[in-house]
Parts: sequence; C-alpha cells; structure tokens
Amino acid sequence: MSCLQTIADYGLRSLGYGERLLPKADFTLCQQFTLIGSGLIWNIYFGALALLFGFVLANALALAKASRFKLARKPAEWFIFVFRGSPLFIQFFLAYEALVLLPRNGIELFGITAEVSWLSRAWAGALIVLFLNTAAYSAEIFYGALRSIPKGDLEAADAYGITGWARFRRIQWPTMLRLGWPAYTNEAIFLFHATTLVFFSGFPAFRQEGDALYYASYFVDKTFNPFVPYPIVAFYFILLTLAVIWVFGAINKRLNRHLPSNERSRVKLRPQIIR
Amino acid sequence: MFSSCADPSTLQGLNWLLCYLTTGKHLDFYFSFLTVLTLLAVTAPTALAFGFGGAMMSRSHILPLRIIGKGYTAMVRGVPDIVFFLFFVIALDQGIEWLMHQVRCPDWTDPIRNGLEFRVCPEAKVPQNASAQVWHSAYGFVLAVVTFALVFGAFAANVIYGAMQAVPRAQLETAEAYGMNARQVFRRVLVPQMWVYALPGLSNLWMILIKATPLLFLLGVQDIVYWARELGGAKTSAYAYPHPDWRLYYFLFLLVFYLCMTRVSELVLTRIQNRLSLGQATASGEAQRKAAT
Repeated sequence: MSCLQTIADYGLRSLGYGERLLPKADFTLCQQFTLIGSGLIWNIYFGALALLFGFVLANALALAKASRFKLARKPAEWFIFVFRGSPLFIQFFLAYEALVLLPRNGIELFGITAEVSWLSRAWAGALIVLFLNTAAYSAEIFYGALRSIPKGDLEAADAYGITGWARFRRIQWPTMLRLGWPAYTNEAIFLFHATTLVFFSGFPAFRQEGDALYYASYFVDKTFNPFVPYPIVAFYFILLTLAVIWVFGAINKRLNRHLPSNERSRVKLRPQIIR
Repeated sequence: MFSSCADPSTLQGLNWLLCYLTTGKHLDFYFSFLTVLTLLAVTAPTALAFGFGGAMMSRSHILPLRIIGKGYTAMVRGVPDIVFFLFFVIALDQGIEWLMHQVRCPDWTDPIRNGLEFRVCPEAKVPQNASAQVWHSAYGFVLAVVTFALVFGAFAANVIYGAMQAVPRAQLETAEAYGMNARQVFRRVLVPQMWVYALPGLSNLWMILIKATPLLFLLGVQDIVYWARELGGAKTSAYAYPHPDWRLYYFLFLLVFYLCMTRVSELVLTRIQNRLSLGQATASGEAQRKAAT
C-alpha cells in the first residue's frame, strides 16, 4: 500500500471519514505519521475554539476582578482561583462525571425537552472545560496587565476629557492587550499542549476518533516501542507551537505598531504555565 | 475498622458514613495521598538539583556541555509535558532492562526487538518476575519520580539559568576585583544572590508540580485518581459496598484537596519571597525599605 493511499485512508480518520479499522500490525512510518497527524485536527479544534471563546470571557473576568464592587469582584476571584488552583486533569474528570449524571432523556425546560447527552461527548464537554480553564488563566494575565497600565496614560485620558466607556475602549483595553500579549502567547501555547490530556481523562474516544497523543499511545501499546510515535507527536507539536508563535507575533506587532521600535514588547517563550 | 461496623444492618446515618469511610479500601485511598506527598517531597529537591546542573551546563565554557545543557532546557518548550511523561517511563524501563540484559546475558542470541515485542532474558527483568508485589509498585514509583524529576528539572533549569543571568553584572565584577577566582565568584556571590530572582519562577514551578501529580495515574501508579475512580465507580474491582456512581463526589474531594494545597503553598511562598527580598536591590526590597521608614 503506497503512502498516498494511506493518507487517503487515514488522513481524516479522527473525524470518522475513511477507513474504519485502525491498522493492527506491521505499522509503517507513513501510517504513524498520517494517523497522528489526523489526530492533531482535534488538538487544533480544542485549542482554537477554547482560545476564541476564552478570550471574551477572560476580558470580562479581568474587568470584574479589577472592579470596585465586591459583588463583581468576589465571584471572579473565586472562579479564577478554582480553575487556576486545581489540576486540569481533575477538572476533566469532574466535568465528565458531572455531565454523565445529566438525565438521559434530556431536560424539560418550559415544556421544551432539551437534548443534553451530547454534553458528555468529548467535542463538547472537554471544550467547555478547556474554555473555562483558559478563561481563568488568561483573566489573571489580563488582570495583571490592567493593573500595570502606566498612570500617565490614564491621566492623559482624563486631561483630554475621555471618560467611561470611551476611555476603556480607546485607552485601557488596547494597552492591556499590548502589555499582556507576550504572556498570553505563552498561555495559548500551553493551552494547545493541554489539549493532549482530553482523551486520557475520562472522556472516551468515540469510535477510536482521538487526538494526536491518543493515536501515538495506541501505537505504543501495540508495538511497545515509544521511540517512534512520541517523537512524531513532538514533531507535530513543535510545528504547532511555531505556528502559534507566528500568529500571535503578528498580532503583537499590530498591537505595538504605534510605538518606537525600541519600546515594543517582544513575544518570548517562557514555559511557565502548564496545568 | 471499628467493632461497631461488624454488623451492617445496624448501621445508620453518621455511624454508617464513619464505617463506610474507614473500610480497608478507603484506608488504601488515604494512604495514596501519602504517595502523592512523598512524590512531591522527593521530586522537588531532585528536580532542583537537575535544574541546577542544567543551568550550570548551559553556562559552561565547554561547547559540548553547553549544547547538552541548552538542549535539555529547550526540550520542554515546544512539546506537551505529558508526552515526556508517557515517553520517559517506557524508555527508562526498556533502557534499564536492555542494560541489565547486556550485563547478565551476554550470550543471548535472539533479537531483543522482535517484531512487536521487547524481549530480554528472564534474568534481566527489573524487578525480577518472582519478586513481591511491593517491589513492582516501588519500581513503578521510582520510575515515576525520575520522570517527574527529568521533566521538571528542565523547567527548573530554565528558571535558574534566567536567575543567574539576572544577577547584576557589577556584583560579579566587584567580586573579581577583590581577587576571587571564577569558582569563588560563583559560590559566594552568584548563587546566594540568584535565589531572589529565581524564587518567583520556582514557586510557579512548585504550583505546576502540585498540579501535575494527578498525571501519576497515567504512569500506572495507584495514586489518588486511581482510588477515586475505583472507589467511586459502581462496578469496579475495589468496590466492596454496592452504591451508585459516586465518582463525582470523590473527584470533588480531590479538587478541594488540590485547592487547599495550592492555597497553602501560595501563602507560604509569599512569606518566603518577602523574607528573601529583605534588603535586596529589587522593587519589592525597595518597597519594604520605604514601608519601614
């Protein structure tokens, strides 16, 4: 079987297209590359969507935590503490067990029966956990950035008579993003890394449609040889990391475009956040 | 555990709960918390030592050493840590058995990697097939500790390397001007001053280490996640008392345990940070000086 044939058979295996059965013996390098690469689609799906939704919630949470009103501040503080203070692994387990307990037949709401069984599937349940988790971590980053906005900027805004919503939208928010962006890039990278935990933590892989690490560990279980599949995963993730750095670097450039070149903040990779 | 628990039909309410929570399996569950704490206590210093070694190697003047050090510190940057966890445990296990095989059975002719199997001679098995179950668990635990130390050593090397770079250049030059040689500068000036710069990163790492302990479960150690799944599940091998699926409550308990751990560490580390920045030429040291006057 040629490699092109393998790619056609297994390239979209993780989404349920192509060959139904996974290869059982005589694994070729091509099969391993193709299947693990096809699993990477799930990692990208989880990471990208969680980041997208998480960004919005993170902004709201950061504002709430910086708020003067206790009623807004306390819930945000607790939310961030719970999600940053506990392992993502446990959060996955807990969420799965909680979602499984939902009634099979759906929930009656105002006479309409809402189907809920899809929530315990990985594509929805794990995405929700990752979304809440990244929102908490990013909120802490943005909160820190919000507090380190230069005093002079705010005073200048006051002097121009810019107040309220306009001040937030035109001064505080862009500066917050600019200051927090290098740390946020790290958060994004480690969120993508964290997506590999999904199928090891309760959420079952439906019809063996798993992520990159799921297929890699499948190969290791079958061949008892960790020296090929795991380096392939590593290779794919290094590519993914480089892509994330490139995208976030481009955004960073845009956020810093008004500054003289020596004052721009650069994106530096610091491995500080794993969960 | 208690004599009043002997007759199940008489148990009710709190008394029942007390008896349920002190069954033999539950005592195993509590014991596994000790496993996690032991892992933390052993891994933290080991990883720190690995990190220190890695940082020293990356600063070395000898090229091969520097390449090894830099490679080690760069290892964890682009790749998910869980890949390393899964990889190292098997790779270490096979590496040890392969070495034992070379030593103990030099005249063994069959190939070790035969198709889908990894087969060494029976004398090279670690631990020996006949040895007690305790040794098998202990061996698994040691492998896990070494794996954790390797991965977190790489993180720690990053932090310590950065901290060594952050010590003001003038301090080192002053020491040289007093006639200290390179070793003395390193021992007496660089290392003592480095800690205040390394502490934020290291405390971050400690938090990460706490939160990485559930991964022990993936390495095949019977840790708290394992027991929570077994005890909470409705039909598992550890189930002694028929009950519906209670895993949610067990995991909730684990969540609270971890939240307490991180909260307490946070408070302690803040205190240490305050102690260390006393009299240092950093922003927080300056703030303390101003507050005192």
